[in-house]
Amino acid sequence: MAHLRVLSAGPGATIQDGGRFGYRRYGLTPAGPMDWVAFRTANLALGNAADAAAIEVGPGGVELIVEAEAPVNLAFCGGGFTWLRGGQLVGAAARLSLAPGEILSAQPGVAGIFTYLAVAGGLRTPVELGSRATYTRAGIGGLNGGLLRAGDLLPLDVAGGSGEGDAMIVAPWLRPDLDAPLRVVLGPQDDYFDPTARDLFFSAPFRVAAGDRMAYRLDGPSIAQSRGYNIVSDGVALGAIQIAGDKKPLILMADHPPTGGYPKLGHVARADIGRLAQLRPGRACHFMEVAAETAREALLRLENEVATTTNFCRPLRRQVALDGVAAPDRTTWSAAGNRHPR
Amino acid sequence: MPTAPRFLPAGESALVVEFGAAIDPALNDAVHAFDRALAQAVIPGVIEAVPTYRSLMIHFDPRQLATDTLIEQLRRLTVAPETFAGTLAQAKHWLIPACYEPPHDEDLAEVAAALDLAPERVVALHAGATYRIYMFGFAPGYVFLGGLPAELAISRRPKPRPPVPQGALLIAGGQALIANRPMPTGWYNLGATPALLFDPQRTPPVSVDLGDRISFVPVDGATFASLRQAVAEGQPVIRQKA
Repeated sequence: MAHLRVLSAGPGATIQDGGRFGYRRYGLTPAGPMDWVAFRTANLALGNAADAAAIEVGPGGVELIVEAEAPVNLAFCGGGFTWLRGGQLVGAAARLSLAPGEILSAQPGVAGIFTYLAVAGGLRTPVELGSRATYTRAGIGGLNGGLLRAGDLLPLDVAGGSGEGDAMIVAPWLRPDLDAPLRVVLGPQDDYFDPTARDLFFSAPFRVAAGDRMAYRLDGPSIAQSRGYNIVSDGVALGAIQIAGDKKPLILMADHPPTGGYPKLGHVARADIGRLAQLRPGRACHFMEVAAETAREALLRLENEVATTTNFCRPLRRQVALDGVAAPDRTTWSAAGNRHPR
Repeated sequence: MPTAPRFLPAGESALVVEFGAAIDPALNDAVHAFDRALAQAVIPGVIEAVPTYRSLMIHFDPRQLATDTLIEQLRRLTVAPETFAGTLAQAKHWLIPACYEPPHDEDLAEVAAALDLAPERVVALHAGATYRIYMFGFAPGYVFLGGLPAELAISRRPKPRPPVPQGALLIAGGQALIANRPMPTGWYNLGATPALLFDPQRTPPVSVDLGDRISFVPVDGATFASLRQAVAEGQPVIRQKA
């Protein structure tokens, strides 16, 4: 049986697939990747289904070793992380074939919070309630419902793998403009805020104060409600901008509860959720109002772009030594070109 | 029957069908009736719906459905509240063991003091009521109940308290709640049930249903412990009222 063994994992590394659907009515979050754009790109680079189970690596990084009889095809991208193969710099976004015993590790770069490591065929960890996505607060999915830890053994699909060959992934959507406004669809409780408060929300700069897989809290001007901040519990969707008693926006992310009792001014467009997920605490952001249909068009356009990932996999030529033995991976390209802009 | 619902966008991938803003059995009936009608209609692109006290959130795939198209289809939906009323008449009434003794009664004294009631009176009121299941939500298997006696109306804590234990029986804001997972909360913990109403190995994962009735049956600490043991061995500890 082929495996990846976790040698070390910092805080925040989990197994995620496209998400767990159909159970929100029972109180279960869909979970799934924080940055769906990078997650799908890693899967598609391998010819996987876009929502196959992969590793979401958080700010603590990860180190893994291939335990298999044959080479394993992997792809990684997102968050401008630095990936190392056997201690040698590879870059931030690539597809590689790793031999048994080879070690791959990731460390955060200058910006970004989450990077994704996909394996050909997808991880074969147990399916729970229809999904492999980890929801740590309920201990569901992933490996025993928890964060990845040193010693964890992640089963692979030995039959999987397109074997397309080593390549760097040069997809432009992996380098989004982190300073562009985050698009927001108003509602459902925009009527809890008067026009002055709404205008302030869409004109003022905010800063990410803190965040985790459940929610990002923003610092900035106070956005006052005109009708109090208690509502009778109502549904909550990904990207909901909830404003509670402290009058500061709280944006609900992948592990959001499916219901909540605070007014929601609007929702961050799905097209911009991955970009928001990558904003580190301290980073500035601002918002722009769009119609639901505009947000939908933006999402479909981005999804369509991401679907063309294989067109952006540039084959990696290895230097071959004179005696015909492959030299260590020394490539002519630099990791810097694949990082997020400052 | 409440008036026609409001359709409120929640991003480009979800829509709220709002029947009202209050905790009210008639509103909740309308929500559940609409939920059933939607399930029967099978609109392509609808992923799932989440009923709450007073609204239904519909999650959909924006590749298959635009918000406006979905609203048009929902306006054409035939909702038969009578059908749901009929279903409600067959709703189950569950008897759920509950222990209000230490260490399970974490906030009982605090609630009694705040409401100027004897702790025994608080327990008698909580255990003497018949509740209706309005919604699940917030966290896996959290069961939100209506029917808390008015004497037990206490507002939420200004600041959350540390996590309650599994099975905690919470009250706040005129509502009652069974907490099936430890979570920090702004509610007050009166006791605990040994029953675990959420089990991811089961389909559906919650063993009670929307619209069902619930009553709590007080048990002592020793019975609580033996029932928890029974739960661990896979035996059911909740039963239907005869």
